[in-house]
Amino acid sequence: MTLAEKAAAGDRLSIARLLTKIESATPEGLDALDELYPKSGKAHIIGITGPSGSGKSTLVNRLALELAGESSTERKVAIIAVDPTSPFSGGALLGDRVRMRDLADRPDIFIRSMATRGALGGLARAASETALLMDAVGFPYVLIETVGAGQSEVDIARLALTTVVIEAPGLGDDVQAGKAGILEIADILVVNKSDKIGADAAAHSLAVMLEIGEELRKESDDPNTLKWKTPIIMTSALIGEGITALADAIRAHQTYLNESGEGEKRSQARALDMLERLVREKLFSAWQDETDLGRYQQVKKDVIHRKLSPRKAVSRLFTPD
Amino acid sequence: MDRKIRVLIAKPGLDGHDRGAKVIARALRDAGMEVIYTGLRQTPEMIAGAALQEDVDAVGLSILSGAHMTLVPRLLALMKANGQEATPVFVGGIIPDEDAAQLAALGVKAVYGPGTSTTRVIDDLKKFTNPV
Repeated sequence: MTLAEKAAAGDRLSIARLLTKIESATPEGLDALDELYPKSGKAHIIGITGPSGSGKSTLVNRLALELAGESSTERKVAIIAVDPTSPFSGGALLGDRVRMRDLADRPDIFIRSMATRGALGGLARAASETALLMDAVGFPYVLIETVGAGQSEVDIARLALTTVVIEAPGLGDDVQAGKAGILEIADILVVNKSDKIGADAAAHSLAVMLEIGEELRKESDDPNTLKWKTPIIMTSALIGEGITALADAIRAHQTYLNESGEGEKRSQARALDMLERLVREKLFSAWQDETDLGRYQQVKKDVIHRKLSPRKAVSRLFTPD
Repeated sequence: MDRKIRVLIAKPGLDGHDRGAKVIARALRDAGMEVIYTGLRQTPEMIAGAALQEDVDAVGLSILSGAHMTLVPRLLALMKANGQEATPVFVGGIIPDEDAAQLAALGVKAVYGPGTSTTRVIDDLKKFTNPV
């Protein structure tokens, strides 16, 4: 059996080894992904994002147990936990497992920690490929926990089918809630640490923001399409409150995606996103291969010394001599 | 694309002294490695599970409780059952010399006592691991 076949049959060591090869983009890893691609597209990919310290890992720990139910030998939940790579050393401290100790002994749950390796949108560079593998080897739920995200780390919404944004009390007023970015991508909003003072106020700010959005949307929407109303769920991941409500909201969103056709649309967009990204990478490396490096170096120097604007530099590079 | 060295740093057993583990984790991070840190009070089962899922190139254990002769052989057996007998394991902590010799005989790659420089650990790790 090939590594891909063993992984598809659920062999955990093979899945783990394949993930390493895919993350390092070795030919063997990428070939295996090609082989497994037709099996993908069945998993429900859930993104969990929110600021540092809002409780993402602790919530993922609880949510995974809730989604998986009784322990068994089936594949149920795969978790991809992303933490940042140091821009100085290239190393990383991946600490999400500290909060996921309840999952360590579960044969139906698989946790993989990943470093961003230079990617800036809140995900690891090979996050889409990793999610694709977890999907193809048969995990019905793939949970992706982003790095601690601020306002613009929104890549997760282009990968997940359901995006859960976590907020915690005390992080900002209702003007923060109205800004573009991370709150806009939420299919489900969670106010975690509901046991803390200020949780109700945070939920209220978010509710007002959602209401304004809803009113504005009503003016432009087709009244005949099935709509999703972003719910606000209060949870305390630490003491385990609200977790069932969150899992129910995720399942409700999954049903909405299936019934409205939005799920199929998102799934197709994800597939095309990956295709386009690979085309861009291929074009760049093909261009690097055939370009006159001496000329490229000269243009780089001119840009550094402010003799040539970057835009002019590009047009010079693409003009034949 | 470059292949990073991935190391699991774990603290098995019941003692709560995790400063050593944190110092090593930080030093390895600063040496450009990806360190998966699992936190306190890990059972050998939890550590073997994490080593498997993370497909690490090495496993480092910090033990100050004196239970190393129980915990380490158990972990090595579990890793072997998982097909990871070739993954190097190293141990730091308070380990008497005669125990260190026994652990080495069981397959532990290195035992580090108090005062070991982090540079030595980093250099050793680069030697033990042979990332493809």
